[in-house]
Amino acid sequence: MSPLAQSHGAQFTRILSLGAARGDLVVSNDDIAEPIDSSDEWIRQRTGIIERRRSSDAEQAIDLAVRASSEAIEKAGIAPGQIGAVIVATISNSVQTPSLAALLADRVGATPAAAYDISAACAGYTYGIAQADALIRSGTAEYVLVVGAEKLSDFAKPTDRSISFLLGDGAGAAIVGPSDTIGIGPTLWGSDGSKWDSVGMDRPLKEAFDDPEGEFPTLRQDGQVVFRWAVWEMAKVATEALEKSGVTAEELTAFVPHQANMRIIDEFAKQLGLPESVLIARDIATTGNTSAASIPLAMHRLLEEHPEASGGLALQIGFGAGLVYGAQVVTLP
Amino acid sequence: MAHTTEEVIAGLAELINEETGISADQVSMEKSFTEDLDIDSISMMTIVVNAEEKFDVKIPDDEVKNLTTVGEAVEFITKAQA
Repeated sequence: MSPLAQSHGAQFTRILSLGAARGDLVVSNDDIAEPIDSSDEWIRQRTGIIERRRSSDAEQAIDLAVRASSEAIEKAGIAPGQIGAVIVATISNSVQTPSLAALLADRVGATPAAAYDISAACAGYTYGIAQADALIRSGTAEYVLVVGAEKLSDFAKPTDRSISFLLGDGAGAAIVGPSDTIGIGPTLWGSDGSKWDSVGMDRPLKEAFDDPEGEFPTLRQDGQVVFRWAVWEMAKVATEALEKSGVTAEELTAFVPHQANMRIIDEFAKQLGLPESVLIARDIATTGNTSAASIPLAMHRLLEEHPEASGGLALQIGFGAGLVYGAQVVTLP
Repeated sequence: MAHTTEEVIAGLAELINEETGISADQVSMEKSFTEDLDIDSISMMTIVVNAEEKFDVKIPDDEVKNLTTVGEAVEFITKAQA
């Protein structure tokens, strides 16, 4: 009897390219301050956000995903037909099934690539990168399209003071492929389900549906619980990701954390003791918190503003509802 | 090593000053963190985490919500050291 065949892939992988798409509307703090009894000054001080991007009715999460993916595919210099798997990290699929990924694969010409969505909130993109790396090295796919795509404004309640005013719409895409050198370091990822209630939707779909006067579920969070976890627990994860990659903070070109809140980014960078030389992604200031899209969007912008950073090492870390987290050191495309 | 109440107030005032710039003489027992000292919930959390380290105590998430005044925080920290 013949033994089962085993697949093998490239020894190393890297992020070949990135693509970005932000919502077509620019929403200022003044535009949203009144229902939360707040002000531009309070929002800037509390979150570091000056304005956020949101999508009009003309634009859905899939449209943002297509735009971002098209850019990434073109910049990678591959034909869409070479993509073996399409992974979309999202909470913004308007239906429970079918996946956004299947539609995206069709729209960008990647059919018959494997296609699935990941539900890992703001860690979703890092989970997708971890999977792309593993799929390629195991020979399960040669090129993988990883996308974080969100239309969070669909789940933002104008009167919610806990999270809604932070939220933005956008998509970031990466083409991951084989490489001659290590371009994606070991993934450090995990969960803490004991804090399952600390951030997420405010009610189940069925409850909202059964309540004749009910509103569609929206996002909310216990900001203090999330802040403490995001800074002090994630600082430990980030430190371990660096150790496992054999990289020191001094060797980093950039730090690209999930763009949850500028206060988290600032305190996180302080806890890590990052040297002044390390570029810190702060895209949240004019994009808002776009959950799974935030890391690829922030990295894309960092490279637009600092093209000389290409080829350098970046620590990316996502963390969010679950609570779940994922981190890797990667070579900047 | 357990701190006295006076040491806890002084230590807490120092942490508040480091995080917010509020001077130590503003920090008295009856003051409310949000209403009187205008410390937002994020700064509050940073102060709490730093206080855990400084006084070698644990201040769980669901306890933080109960510490609305300086006095309540000092009392909690003093007791937690025992």
